[in-house]
Amino acid sequence: MLITCPYCGPRDVIEFTYQGDGNRERPDPASQNFEAWNAYVYDRLNPAGDHNEIWQHSGGCRAHLRVVRNTLTHEISSVAFVRGDHSSAARRKAEDKP
Amino acid sequence: MAEYSALSLLANAFKGNKDWKPAWRKPDPKASYDVIIIGGGGHGLATAYYLAKEHGITNVAVLEKGWLGSGNVGRNTTAVRSNYLLPANTRFYEHSMKLWENLSHELNYNVMFSQRGCLNLAHTPAQFDDYARRGNAMRHLGVDAELMTPAEIKRLIPALDISSDARFPVVGGLMQRRAGTARHDAVAWGYARGADRRGVDIVENCEVTGFLRDGDRVTGVTTSRGDIRAKKVAVAVAGSTGRVMQLAGVETMPIESHVLQAFVTESLKPFIDTVVTFGMGHFYMSQSDKGGLVYGGDIDGYNSYAQRGNLPIVDEVMSEMLALFPGLARVRMLRSWGGVCDMSMDGSPIITMGPLPGMYLNCGWCYGGFKATPASGWCFAWTIAKDQPHDFNAPFTLDRFHRGLVIDDKGQGANPRLH
Ligand SMILES: Cc1cc2nc3c(=O)[nH]c(=O)nc-3n(C[C@H](O)[C@H](O)[C@H](O)COP(=O)(O)OP(=O)(O)OC[C@H]3O[C@@H](n4cnc5c(N)ncnc54)[C@H](O)[C@@H]3O)c2cc1C
Ligand SMILES: [Zn+2]
Repeated sequence: MLITCPYCGPRDVIEFTYQGDGNRERPDPASQNFEAWNAYVYDRLNPAGDHNEIWQHSGGCRAHLRVVRNTLTHEISSVAFVRGDHSSAARRKAEDKP
Repeated sequence: MAEYSALSLLANAFKGNKDWKPAWRKPDPKASYDVIIIGGGGHGLATAYYLAKEHGITNVAVLEKGWLGSGNVGRNTTAVRSNYLLPANTRFYEHSMKLWENLSHELNYNVMFSQRGCLNLAHTPAQFDDYARRGNAMRHLGVDAELMTPAEIKRLIPALDISSDARFPVVGGLMQRRAGTARHDAVAWGYARGADRRGVDIVENCEVTGFLRDGDRVTGVTTSRGDIRAKKVAVAVAGSTGRVMQLAGVETMPIESHVLQAFVTESLKPFIDTVVTFGMGHFYMSQSDKGGLVYGGDIDGYNSYAQRGNLPIVDEVMSEMLALFPGLARVRMLRSWGGVCDMSMDGSPIITMGPLPGMYLNCGWCYGGFKATPASGWCFAWTIAKDQPHDFNAPFTLDRFHRGLVIDDKGQGANPRLH
């Protein structure tokens, strides 16, 4: 599996660390909304198909990346820096991919 | 007369082995059943068997999208043990162990259960203390556990380097002698035959594509072979849990699907007669009855429904194997394969009623559910038949996450990829 880091170019997956599901939205630390925290910690969409996820290029530039990867074929359709697309609108967009 | 006995073997041998019956029929699905079980893996088949045998519920169908044993039950590395730390786990897995100890007899089917022991190696004093704690917890609940010194370990596994120059010196180990291995395919086939002979329909090549509903209540399934109604629908689909639950409109689960790989070498002369696990990484190995070394390590570690793995883990597992047994460097690897595991958020399974009325759910086995097969089927059958859990599976609910009652043996939740 190759991941094309927007900064470093195509690199072997061994340089990257999986940081998990990218769909989750961390509630405001001050929030006491129990359901939101519960969903953030435990609930997963776990799709068979395109999955929005976070990887760190830990063996390279160390940037955190938002990757859309197909969980059936391991095909990667987009990679972007997490920083710069913080908005939940951007996240939703990745989620909405068929 | 038992179907398989010395006498039946002899009689059939003289008749050219032409009179053996198929181990299970190939019925077409009926229009309705009392219970439908989705998933013809070890757990689904064991559930059907115990529903029929323990509860007299025989109007049951097991629906399998592929062929029996095509899922994880035929892909695992066959290790069976009950050496857990937390009481809920220990009780459940020890119930399983007791069922294993009588399984070949019970099913009249040789599942080749071999109590060759399972040894966890410790490489630091702290790790050894941790194993002592776990061993004590096990013995409290009546499960066998034994601490071993390096010298004892050397006698058991001569190929292991226990000198202080070893890459990871061995400080000691925790041994469960009653643990071991079983022939995984035979477990599926034995349960299948046992269920079939009691009237259960095992329907292969029948994929569940959706659920029939009456309001909230599940009343059956749609399949690639037509609609089938049922009073109760049980889901036991291991790595496909996320997908199948989405068909029922349950969008999120405390589960991620990850791939786990396994490996086997060419056949060797007897090399190791126990299951051994490496405490410095994640590696375990045993030797099959054919002589191949069977081994594995970590999951690939990111969501995957592909029943194949990627190279970095192959590399990692091989290097761990060589750290323990440098002498195996020139042994050839024969095969590797992957299976999809439903990794739960606390590393423990879910065996429960619901989450919808009329539905029953068995999932979250992570990479360790083969050893659970008998108890999983036994408890799930109990839950389906009586509409309440048995004491053994009462803690393994779906809403335990929500209620803060996680069963986290490894202390690594809520990170499914770390279990
Ligand atoms: C490589 C590997 C090594 C392992 N090693 C061990 C080990 O040493 N010890 C241990 O205890 N555990 C081990 N495990 C875990 C263990 O194999 C599983 O936890 C356990 O087998 C899961 O239960 P099962 O047998 O019912 O699952 P499966 O055999 O996977 O059964 C689920 C079935 O559901 C079917 N299905 C899915 N979707 C549908 C649908 N829509 N309609 C109809 N049918 C469907 C699938 O085809 C499959 O046959 C290992 C797993 C892997 C992958
Ligand atoms: Zn980079």
